[in-house]
Amino acid sequence: MYFLIRWLIRRLKRRAAAPAPGAVPPPDQPMVRAPGDRLVSPDRTAAPSAGREGAALSVRNLGKRFGDRIAFQDVSFEIGYGEVFGFLGPNGAGKTTTVRTLGTLIRPSSGSATIAGIPLTPENGVEIRRRISVMPEAPGLYQRLSVAENLECFAGLYEVPGGQDRIGRVLRAVGLADRAGDACGSLSKGLRQRVALARALLPDPQVLFLDEPTSGLDPVAAHDVHELIGELRRSGVTIFLTTHRLEEAERLCDRVAILNTTLRTVGRPDELRDRLFAKTLTVTTVAPLPEPGRVFGGLPGVDGWRQDGASGYVLAVSDPAVAAPAATKALVAAGADVLSIGESRHSLEDVYLELISEDAEARRR
Amino acid sequence: MNLDRGRVRAVFRKELREYRRRRTIVIGMAIFPLIFLIQPLIATFSLASSASGQLAQRHELLYLLAIPALVPTTLAAYSVVGERQQGTLEPVLSTPVRREEFLLGKALAVLVPTIVIAYGVFGVFVACVELFAQPGVAPALLRGSDVLAQLIFTPLLAGWSVWLGLAISTRASEIRVAQQLGILTNLPSILVTTLLALDTIHPTLAIAIGGAVLLLVLNGVGWRVTSAMFDRERLIIGSR
Repeated sequence: MYFLIRWLIRRLKRRAAAPAPGAVPPPDQPMVRAPGDRLVSPDRTAAPSAGREGAALSVRNLGKRFGDRIAFQDVSFEIGYGEVFGFLGPNGAGKTTTVRTLGTLIRPSSGSATIAGIPLTPENGVEIRRRISVMPEAPGLYQRLSVAENLECFAGLYEVPGGQDRIGRVLRAVGLADRAGDACGSLSKGLRQRVALARALLPDPQVLFLDEPTSGLDPVAAHDVHELIGELRRSGVTIFLTTHRLEEAERLCDRVAILNTTLRTVGRPDELRDRLFAKTLTVTTVAPLPEPGRVFGGLPGVDGWRQDGASGYVLAVSDPAVAAPAATKALVAAGADVLSIGESRHSLEDVYLELISEDAEARRR
Repeated sequence: MNLDRGRVRAVFRKELREYRRRRTIVIGMAIFPLIFLIQPLIATFSLASSASGQLAQRHELLYLLAIPALVPTTLAAYSVVGERQQGTLEPVLSTPVRREEFLLGKALAVLVPTIVIAYGVFGVFVACVELFAQPGVAPALLRGSDVLAQLIFTPLLAGWSVWLGLAISTRASEIRVAQQLGILTNLPSILVTTLLALDTIHPTLAIAIGGAVLLLVLNGVGWRVTSAMFDRERLIIGSR
């Protein structure tokens, strides 16, 4: 009885000292973080890779089979600290299974990986999960609990120090400080997605896995998430971003990988463009050139040309900076009325479609 | 293996908060005990003062041990498969929580309300007997040994029932199947307590000590076995 009374007194004292359950700092702060309202620990903000050796994520010949079905195989890449790495691929390519494998939720069938400096083994599961955070595609929130209660539960699971303060910060970061008391079941899909993002930010992870973070968000909310990812990158958080939005990947990612069961390519978006597509200049004239071969043949930096429509020409070039002025001069000398001349830009989408259609073609054969 | 009490507490608190928001859970937990309270009360109130001698051969109180065996069944059976079907399991398993911590949090969240309800119902029964039964019935019915058995076996039976339910829940692919299996696997416990109450199995000190030790061991084994059955990959991927 004595111990019971002592325990009750201790609990009452603690409760009196602590903020009320579900309470977050008052929503008088702006929706976006105030200066100094840090989402990552101060020592990490000094420099993205300060004090950390090697890669944030190193994957060697990783693969996963479910019986006869191959989810993904022979996947190898390295990601540096503070890098935003885009992971692209069609549905069923194995992206989510890769994330789950790296998140220690499922065991790899082959290969090895090191996550935040720790080898991926069953014994290291807890230690790895302490250093990473995963935002799955489906928010997976407790619908009957409030936003703050959901985050409180996860703050406990992640052993987040200063739980309430941290919850207030991540809620402000995703613009939900004024919705902390709302039941998650009453929120729109976009807002639930933001809560899931706030939950992923709670533990101040070294590596953050984001699976379709802007899925279901309106353009403004998606823009806010992009801003947030940019800020996390500047703070030194390594981000593994799985997305179907190619323009998002192109805008946010330092490098991208395209997966279609096997890894098709890894590199910077511009590097991939150069690797896959020849550099070209597109020339459009008012009227068709009488002798285009004489105009474009033998120009410095121009390797070849072809007609594209009645008065359009595509020049294969080795160096656009040399070829463009030479082509302009040649067109003027030939008396052509030039409508436009410019370097053709291939998007990441072109790269993606080219690689995926190659795979589909190979499968048909 | 070091268990982190903070993580166990986080699971436990979350579960209790969810119970509070689901009236059906509270109602479901309350209905079974009330059913099990009615029959012994009617039987007791119908006894005349002269029947107190017969009570020496009966153990009406032990009927109430069916409450801790039955109350946690459906809740425990829902615990894991329910989260899996809601889609909330993956985010939880992505945190540093160990399966032992997760299951212990879940088990405590079912066990604590069950014990409170079982002791509460027992208290109501004792009060009703003391206040409304014919003179002489109460002292004959509320024997020290039966009261002690009630106090000791309530948490042990509830614990065993919780681990059975959780074990089923980690392997089941559907909530209803898990709950039906949960009830089915608890029938032996209820049968034994009923046979004891009817004196078909004559309760002795040796049986009581043996039963308590057995249940204590089964509770420890239940936690270990359920933890071993808890396979993250199977729960996430959904393969059988």
